[in-house]
Order: sequence, then C-alpha cells, then structure tokens
Amino acid sequence: MLIRKPSDIPGSEITPETIYKQRRKFMGQSVALIAGSGLAGRAPSVQAGLQKDDDITPEQIVTQYNNFYEFGTDKSDPYANAGALTTDPWTVSVSGEAKKTGDFAFEDIIKGLTQEERIYRFRCVEAWSMVVPWMGISLKDVLQQFEPTGDAKYVVFKTLYRPEEMVGQRSFFSSIDWPYVEGLRMDEAYHPLSIMVTGLYGKELPNQNGAPWRLMVPWKYGFKSIKSIVSIHFSKRQPVNTWQALAAHEYGFYANVNPAVDHPRWSQASERRLPSSIFNPNRRPTLPFNGYAEEVADLYRGMDLRKFY
Amino acid sequence: MAAVGARQLKTLLWVGLSTPLVWLLVLIAMELRQQNSGLGAQPSEALLHYLGEWALILLLFAFAVSPLRRRMGWPGLGQNRRLIGLFAFAYVVLHVLTYAGLYVQFQLAELVDDFVHRPYITVGIAAFLALLLMAVTSTQGWRRRLQKNWRRLHQLIYVAVPLTVVHLLWLRKDSTLDAAIYLLVLIVLLVERAVFYWQQRQVKS
Repeated sequence: MLIRKPSDIPGSEITPETIYKQRRKFMGQSVALIAGSGLAGRAPSVQAGLQKDDDITPEQIVTQYNNFYEFGTDKSDPYANAGALTTDPWTVSVSGEAKKTGDFAFEDIIKGLTQEERIYRFRCVEAWSMVVPWMGISLKDVLQQFEPTGDAKYVVFKTLYRPEEMVGQRSFFSSIDWPYVEGLRMDEAYHPLSIMVTGLYGKELPNQNGAPWRLMVPWKYGFKSIKSIVSIHFSKRQPVNTWQALAAHEYGFYANVNPAVDHPRWSQASERRLPSSIFNPNRRPTLPFNGYAEEVADLYRGMDLRKFY
Repeated sequence: MAAVGARQLKTLLWVGLSTPLVWLLVLIAMELRQQNSGLGAQPSEALLHYLGEWALILLLFAFAVSPLRRRMGWPGLGQNRRLIGLFAFAYVVLHVLTYAGLYVQFQLAELVDDFVHRPYITVGIAAFLALLLMAVTSTQGWRRRLQKNWRRLHQLIYVAVPLTVVHLLWLRKDSTLDAAIYLLVLIVLLVERAVFYWQQRQVKS
C-alpha cells in the first residue's frame, strides 16, 4: 500500500480547518446567491461581503478614475494614456519554487479555468472606495497549474515594464523603481476571495484597469491588487513590494484594510464612496478587512496588525 | 511691459487673477446640472485641489513681485502687489472653507484630529493664519497704525509661502512635475532674495 508521506504535501496547500469550513460556508452562500439571482446562462455571480447600501459604482467612474502610475499620477491619466498599451500577445513568465516554470502565453494560462462575476468592495489606501463587478478566475486555480513546491511561501507578481507604451514609466520625477512589484503569502493567494481579474461589467478588462489581467484581493488596500501582470514568482522569502520600498513607514507588505491603523498622513477610519456629489463627500465608516473579516481574519490570527500593517 | 499703462496693467491683473475662479464657476454649474460631469467622481475633492493649487500659484506670483520688479524692471507690478496678494488670499480662504465645509462637513472632532495628527494640515493651517494676519493688516489704515512693525509683520510671507509648498509636497504620494516646478520656483525666488540682500550689503560697506 502506498501512503503519501505528509512531507510530500506542499506546506502552501495545507489549509487550517477553520478556513476550510469558512470556505464551504462561502461557497454555500455563493451558490444560494447564484440560485437567487436568476442569472442562468450568464457567468455565475458572487456578491461577497456586500452591505445593504453597497450600490454598484457606475462603469464610467470605475474605468475613468484610476490609480495606475505607469500611465501618470492623475486619476484621469490612465484612461487618457492606457490606449497605447498592447496586450496581445501577452507572455507571463513563471519562476521560482514551482515544478512548471517558464514563459506561458496568457491565453494558455487561463484556458479551461472558470470565469465568474465577483462583486467586491474596493478600498483604496487614499480613503476612497467603490463597488465593482469584476469578472475573474480563482487565483488558486491559476497558481496550482504551476505546481508550487513546499518551499513556495510567497507569490510575487510584476507589472509589465514597457516605457515606450507606459508614459508614467518615462517620468523623470517619479521615485518608483519600475516595474511595479506586489506579493502575497501563499495562504492569502489561495483564499477563495483572491481572484485574477480578466473583465469588468461583463466586458473585457480595459487597459486602464490592468488589462489583460490583474489581481484582486478585496480585503486589502487597492495597491496590493497589481495590474497588467507579466511575471509570477514563487518565493521562499517575503518580497518588498513597490510602495513599501518607497515609504516603508506608510505602506506595509500586508496592507489589510484596517480602520484602526491610520496612514501616517491621513485617517483610515472612514472612506469616501464614489461617486459623490459636490455637497456630500459620501463618507462612510471603513470596516476591518474591508468588510471581509469573517472570511479572512483567521489568516492573521495572533499577528499584531499595528506592526504588520 | 513699459508699453502697458498702469490702468491697463490693473485691468489685466483683475482679469487674469479671476479667470480661474470664473472657470471654476463654469465647472460648478456643469456639476450642479449633472453630477460628476464638471468635477469628476469626487467633486468636493476636485474643488479642494483646484482651489489649493491656484492659491499656491498666486502666492508664488505675489512672492515673485519684488524679484520681477528688481530684475525685470517692472515697477508697475510693485504697485499692484496688494491686489495680487489679496487675490491669492481669496483662493486660500475658499480652499480652507471647501476643506472644512464640503470635504469634512464641519465635523469638529475630525477637524481637530486633522489639525493635530496630519502634519501637512498643521502646516497648511499655520500658513493660513500667517496669511490671515497679513490680509487683515493690508489696508492703509493698518499700515499707518503699525508703522515700522507693518514691514516686520509682512515678513510673514517668508513663512507662509514655503509652508504652502511643504503642505503640497507632503500630501503627495510620489513626486510629480507640477510639485517640482513649484519647489523650483520657490527656490529661485529665495535665492534671488539672498543674492539681493548680499549685494545690498556690499554696496553699503
């Protein structure tokens, strides 16, 4: 009889029982929502962690109010400048602690993976927020194709570096060391809420929102959800993400949405929900883990969130 | 410049200095007709930044009056320094009111928290108070009453303008072209003054 030794199971695949149970609960809710939404024929839709007054933000705002410094620092710059980006062909290089590494065509990576709609709350570190109907695929499904080994403790992503097409990367004044880098702990990456986004509002993902694919981790500040990804690296060590490299006292590796831990220059206790009007900035209290505490708080049990911000 | 008479210069300044405000009224009118059309997804923030940026530009302009007069031989500009300064202050007041009113909705606890915990806001408030003192005492009456001290009081411009530039630089996440230009202009204006006073001392001794 052949019994697999526990050491053969990659550490990254071992899920604590609590999370496992939550996942079942989450899936159960999802199924209920899909069944209730009457969207038969369309991609399944999951509305995770939405509050009663979480109305979906208009498409025009989501696609024209962006932080994507590769195309300029103004919120309107990405919409104006991202048209220059070529997203086909798109190659993704996979490296590090995995069995299948090398260069892959983007289409081949996502082929056969189920796309579904996920309506998530999106909270920027600058204290504004949106509610966005993303189209995406499970990040876990994406990553497992490459068979990460037990040594893979972190997954590190990089954005495309192509200054000919990305005007912000040519900026003389920016202090950012391109390309943009972000990372997750493997258990964060394998969480069912973590997805790779390939679309918006049932359409293809626009360039300014990170085409052809971008990360979406809804309980973290928006800057974690790296756009236009060309590199996936499985690492033993925790990476230094771009904003941490720029100002470590302001931006950490975890960047979990946390109303109790202020940015050194502004409060994170509340947020301004977009769109707002001239007489009403549409402020609302910020929720721990952006409202996803029930699903993800266990990932950080025993950690001092003031220290690991 | 010499070809422009004193009257024309004054008219030119009035038109130039109020143009950003007129354009803002157009944007606000658009915004009131249809939400998020004139001022984008976050109108109160857009308004705040627009007024703040113009306040800074006009303050730098007011701070540049003496150097321009000295180096370029534009004496007429010196006679209009108060006008330029008061226009700059008007933008500052609107910026501060937009912040306290439209942006923070007069939530007192939050305002106090901002003053104490957000250094860039503390710096901004300090600059505002300095400018307020200068604006209030800008009349002929106050000038006479304060005599020698008037000049001394209005040296506060050396505090207010640098603090305003710091206020902007401090709230940015990454360096940008506009911030670099403001900083450069400020440095040029300060260096010009240092050189000027040094030259004065040379002449005297």
